Amino acid sequence: MIRNIIALAALVIFLSSGVARGAGADSNVTLIKNATILTITHGNIEHGSILIRDGKIAEVGTDIKTPDGATVIDASGQYVLPGIIDCHSHIAVSGNVNEGSVAVSSMVNIADVLDSEDPTIYYDLAGGVTVANVLHGSANPIGGQTIVIKLRWGKPSSELPFEGALPGIKFALGENPKWSNYRPPSGVQQRYPATRMGVEETIRQAFTEAKEYKKQWDEYDRRKAAGEANLIPPRRDLKLDPLVEVLEGKRYVHCHSYRADEILMLMRVAKEFGFKVRTFQHVLEGYKVADELAAYGVGASTFSDWWAYKMEAYDAIPYNSALMTERGVVVSVNSDDGEEARHLNQEAAKAIKYGGLSENDALKLVTLNPAIQLGIENRVGSIDIGKDADLVIFNHNPLSVYAVAQKTLIDGTVYFDRDRDIAGRAALESEKKALLEKEKKALEEEKKKAEEKRKADEAKKTEQEKAKPPKDASGDTGGAR
Amino acid sequence: MKLKLSGAASCTFAAIFALAALLLYHPPRLRAEGGEPRYFAITNARIVPVSGPALENGTVVIANGLIQAVGANVAVPPEAWVIDGKGLTVYPGLIDAGDDLGMPKPEPAPVAARGRGRRGAAPVPEHISMGPEDRPGTSPWRVAADDFNPEDKRIESWRDAGFTTALVLPEEAIIAGQGSLIDLSSERPSQMVVRSHAALRIGMHPTTFGFPDSLMGVISYLRQVTDDTAWYDAAAPAYAAHPNGIERPNIDRTEEIMSLILHRQEIVLFPANDIVEIPRAMRLAQEWNLHAALYGGQQGYALADQIAAKKYHVIVNLKWPEAAKDPDPENIASLRELRFRDRAPGSPAALAKAGVKFAFSSGGIAEPKDILKSVRRATAAGLSSDAALRAFTLDAAEILGVADRLGSIEPGKIANLVVADGDLLGEKTKVKHVFVDGRHFEIHEIAKPHKPGDAGGEKPDDASPQSLDADGEGGR
Repeated sequence: MIRNIIALAALVIFLSSGVARGAGADSNVTLIKNATILTITHGNIEHGSILIRDGKIAEVGTDIKTPDGATVIDASGQYVLPGIIDCHSHIAVSGNVNEGSVAVSSMVNIADVLDSEDPTIYYDLAGGVTVANVLHGSANPIGGQTIVIKLRWGKPSSELPFEGALPGIKFALGENPKWSNYRPPSGVQQRYPATRMGVEETIRQAFTEAKEYKKQWDEYDRRKAAGEANLIPPRRDLKLDPLVEVLEGKRYVHCHSYRADEILMLMRVAKEFGFKVRTFQHVLEGYKVADELAAYGVGASTFSDWWAYKMEAYDAIPYNSALMTERGVVVSVNSDDGEEARHLNQEAAKAIKYGGLSENDALKLVTLNPAIQLGIENRVGSIDIGKDADLVIFNHNPLSVYAVAQKTLIDGTVYFDRDRDIAGRAALESEKKALLEKEKKALEEEKKKAEEKRKADEAKKTEQEKAKPPKDASGDTGGAR
Repeated sequence: MKLKLSGAASCTFAAIFALAALLLYHPPRLRAEGGEPRYFAITNARIVPVSGPALENGTVVIANGLIQAVGANVAVPPEAWVIDGKGLTVYPGLIDAGDDLGMPKPEPAPVAARGRGRRGAAPVPEHISMGPEDRPGTSPWRVAADDFNPEDKRIESWRDAGFTTALVLPEEAIIAGQGSLIDLSSERPSQMVVRSHAALRIGMHPTTFGFPDSLMGVISYLRQVTDDTAWYDAAAPAYAAHPNGIERPNIDRTEEIMSLILHRQEIVLFPANDIVEIPRAMRLAQEWNLHAALYGGQQGYALADQIAAKKYHVIVNLKWPEAAKDPDPENIASLRELRFRDRAPGSPAALAKAGVKFAFSSGGIAEPKDILKSVRRATAAGLSSDAALRAFTLDAAEILGVADRLGSIEPGKIANLVVADGDLLGEKTKVKHVFVDGRHFEIHEIAKPHKPGDAGGEKPDDASPQSLDADGEGGR
């Protein structure tokens, strides 16, 4: 209910601020009609319509009149789901997704290296994903800064970030940050920490430094405000700035984790230092500490049924998301991977078979719940009036293995259209063929030119030799040598 | 010296032999010593000053390293050596805005790294950076001119192709150091440097070991350095004013030099070649308040208007992307890659159309003739040859902040000139003479300027340079 109030408040803010997107194809009015609408928040609507105006959901119901000039998408026999939200993604990143050289790499920021040209963005769209939480890798107890993006394929990197979404930071516990499964090349010393104890110590140390750093700045600001002259400011430390933001609640902590003991550890450390963990990622043993997670109020973003790929993943069970949901944890299912992201709807469906979640609760795992975890549920995650028109149209119920995404919309704009994609393939093929042909021709031309030049040079040489001393003045004999 | 001898009517055979030997020893150019001529006049030539319209029949007078006069009716000073420019065109010398001429070769990776059973693996460096405070790949104090080796054979081949000036860059690193603008003239680096602190080269490649090992790490590091420099700017004067009672701030050479570089608004060459890198570079350069030029620019065709709107200069890398020489037949390039290869040479035309100022860098092309070939691909893709010439001369000079002395044929500017027998960028054109800092360089077997006082066109008698050259041919 609180969520509805928040949504309503957001709607009021939205309406009063008169947000209008720039005129263009995406500012059009669109009507999706004759669809089965899976609203997530208020049940399913058969033969329903969704009216989209200026990128937002304007109306949802069964008898909406088609406004003049509206683009109509007839979705007869099809299903509309809120755009899928992937709470753990590594797509659209230029270069290495880990700054693994140091135990605390909070100075690096995924936002600096967004790659709008990564085709995985488009592949994800083809699986119905509209929002991704793009994370730094898990090589460090405290990793880099992270960012939530909308998969606006074709737009520049600067237009990918989800406006207003709080940025995050990646933490990691267990085998990855202690480099259990990675040996440095010989001659290079293994990076600290090498144990779970060391991982905890690294986090404590970093936050101790961050608090000291904050104190220095507060002291400087106080003295400056008091009018003290000739002050030398503290150095700005890009490693500690984001940790101060964590302490101030301005940045979410998304923590890669496996084992129950380390999950409890981080909650204790966070409490001690006065910050909050927003989500545990993977959290494969979350079912063992579901009550503690629920009491703490942290989100859990897990895999459906992927386990035993390393020691700390041996106790994973496919019932994890259902069990945690039952105990009151907000749970999402994520991909961690550009391929897995293309069928997150099926990953969600597995929680029905393993654990008996309701269909709606299963769908929440990839829509509303990740939205809540990322603090963007006012904007996305369900089909409600005033929310962003981030929608995916499936040809079957998305919980079916036969379901294939047909169209994916973000802010009311169609960013993926299966028919359009298929229709366009021939043209792309022939363009490719033509370009290859052109290159081949140019290469042959060049070879021919080089050959001609070689011959001409040779002829010139011969002539010069002939013209030289009158050793052999045989005149008109056509010997090419 | 040589001309004096060739003018002597009755030299002995020995003298001719000695001269021939001398010429063979330094075949392509006059030596710099002693009584080298300081006055030249190129008469009856077509002159393309770049700063203004071409003169169909004019004279350029060079005196003491500078252009003294240019025009249709210019008096030839009596002391000048005269080149009859009939059928020839005079251009400002070309500027290569980014290469490694005269730079020490990068050290080859030692074969036997310390690693056992890891042949071919990158060697482990002695010092591994563990954070920004270790200043990885950072040497802003390095100045290319200090390492410049004038014996590099390529200098001459560049000059023979019409290049008179090069922005010589230190080997790539995160903050590699400062490139120097060098005139391709003499033997002594001190005489060749036009501007030693011409441009700061930064790089985006992570280090193999230690921090930073990712692109985002490199960016965060550069951000930290700009922050540290700002801190230094505040801390150093505060401490200098009242050292007593203030804890002494760290002395950090990087901050000190970066502060100098940023304050004098030295150009920062920001690598930015494609549709993702270019907007990123513009955003970061703005955030860090750098006086940046985009270095690469090969996907400028897709972003010219945005670059124009933000008023960035571009140094276009002329080494266009192309298919691997001996590609794996199974490995067919993606459509995106093919489009890039096809359209990249169209970038200069797109930049010119959008009003972006750009220069050209040979960026790793090995042969100067291939540099001009690359430019012809750009002109074939729509760049006017006027614009191409500007990019090589006056625009390059403006971008590098030396338009007051280089880039066009105007009185008072440095006498860097190319004399060719046609359109300088044409395929069949031959460069006949090159002047760098007013010094005459002949391009192999071509007519020499005449002795002062000689009526132009008349050949000196029997011991003419031509006959000497023919005699000496066997030794070439």
